[in-house]
Amino acid sequence: MYKRVWIALLIGLALGLGTSQIAWAQAPTPAGPTDDQVNAVAKQLYCPVCENTPLDVCPTQACAQWRDLIRQKLIAGWSEGQIKDYFVEQYGERVLGTPPPRGLNWLFYFVPPLALITGAYILYRTYRSMRLKPSAQTAAPAAPPDEYVKRLEEELRKKN
Amino acid sequence: MTDQNTDSTPSAVPPRKPAWGRLAAWFGLFLLLGIVAIGLVSTQQGPVGIGRQVPDFTLETFDGQSVALAEQRGKVVVVNFWASWCKPCEQEAADLEAAWRYYAPRGDVVFVGIAWTDTESASLEYIDRFDITYPNGPDLGTKISQDFHTTGVPETYIIDQTGKLAYKKFAPFTSLSEIRAAIDPLLEP
Repeated sequence: MYKRVWIALLIGLALGLGTSQIAWAQAPTPAGPTDDQVNAVAKQLYCPVCENTPLDVCPTQACAQWRDLIRQKLIAGWSEGQIKDYFVEQYGERVLGTPPPRGLNWLFYFVPPLALITGAYILYRTYRSMRLKPSAQTAAPAAPPDEYVKRLEEELRKKN
Repeated sequence: MTDQNTDSTPSAVPPRKPAWGRLAAWFGLFLLLGIVAIGLVSTQQGPVGIGRQVPDFTLETFDGQSVALAEQRGKVVVVNFWASWCKPCEQEAADLEAAWRYYAPRGDVVFVGIAWTDTESASLEYIDRFDITYPNGPDLGTKISQDFHTTGVPETYIIDQTGKLAYKKFAPFTSLSEIRAAIDPLLEP
């Protein structure tokens, strides 16, 4: 009799656990963004406190808060651009990996290529003038011997 | 002879034209250096000095109010920069609130808290935790801290009735009496 009760209890327990497992499997999982999705945005932003450290690799508590903020914004359906705009509004443009192309920021986009082009041009001019000089020397007719040297050599010859 | 030689040198050498390209390049270079120098000077400028006029700011508080420094003339203003992730800020939070409650009935001392590079939820949790009742708001775009040339948190600036900086501290206050010792000399008995 006891044996039957125990068996019934065990079967009941097993069934209960089984159904609860099924229930867990069917329960809707919160469709939050993955760490990779959060880091994809975070790596485009820089920690406003610790210099030159992207948010995705920054180990401070402040950065953890900002990554959490990115996660919340992604859950709320914000786009990458909206999140970046929000961070700029809150913490200034220095949080951006690249300065937005406006005002004096254009210098960051124009000056480096312009300096490269100017440098290349100067190099080209220098190289060209260096190549032209020796050929110009060889092409030049031999200079007539100096009168003084001529006379000196003659005097020496006479002496000898 | 020599005169003849000099006379015979060709006088038809064309006058040198100004090298506009070179001039423009030099101008551009100096302009760029000037801009870089101005930027460097502005970023390297130290914090506001004692006795100097404090830059005006308007703080939008977390509860939707607006606090303009210019409107506080005639009062002593205590401006405290803090962040919820800043452990030293926690050391002084209770003392600052106690000081605010001590001076509030007088009406001639204003306390303003500025949350620097913080998230709103964390800031509000911090304000709630320390039961802070004086106006607090975020430093949007870190504009106010840039105007003050702050170096970190906590930093406290005490501004006199004429809008000039009377006291600054780049570390947490350790007691209420320390805060009072900084404010009391500015108040009329």
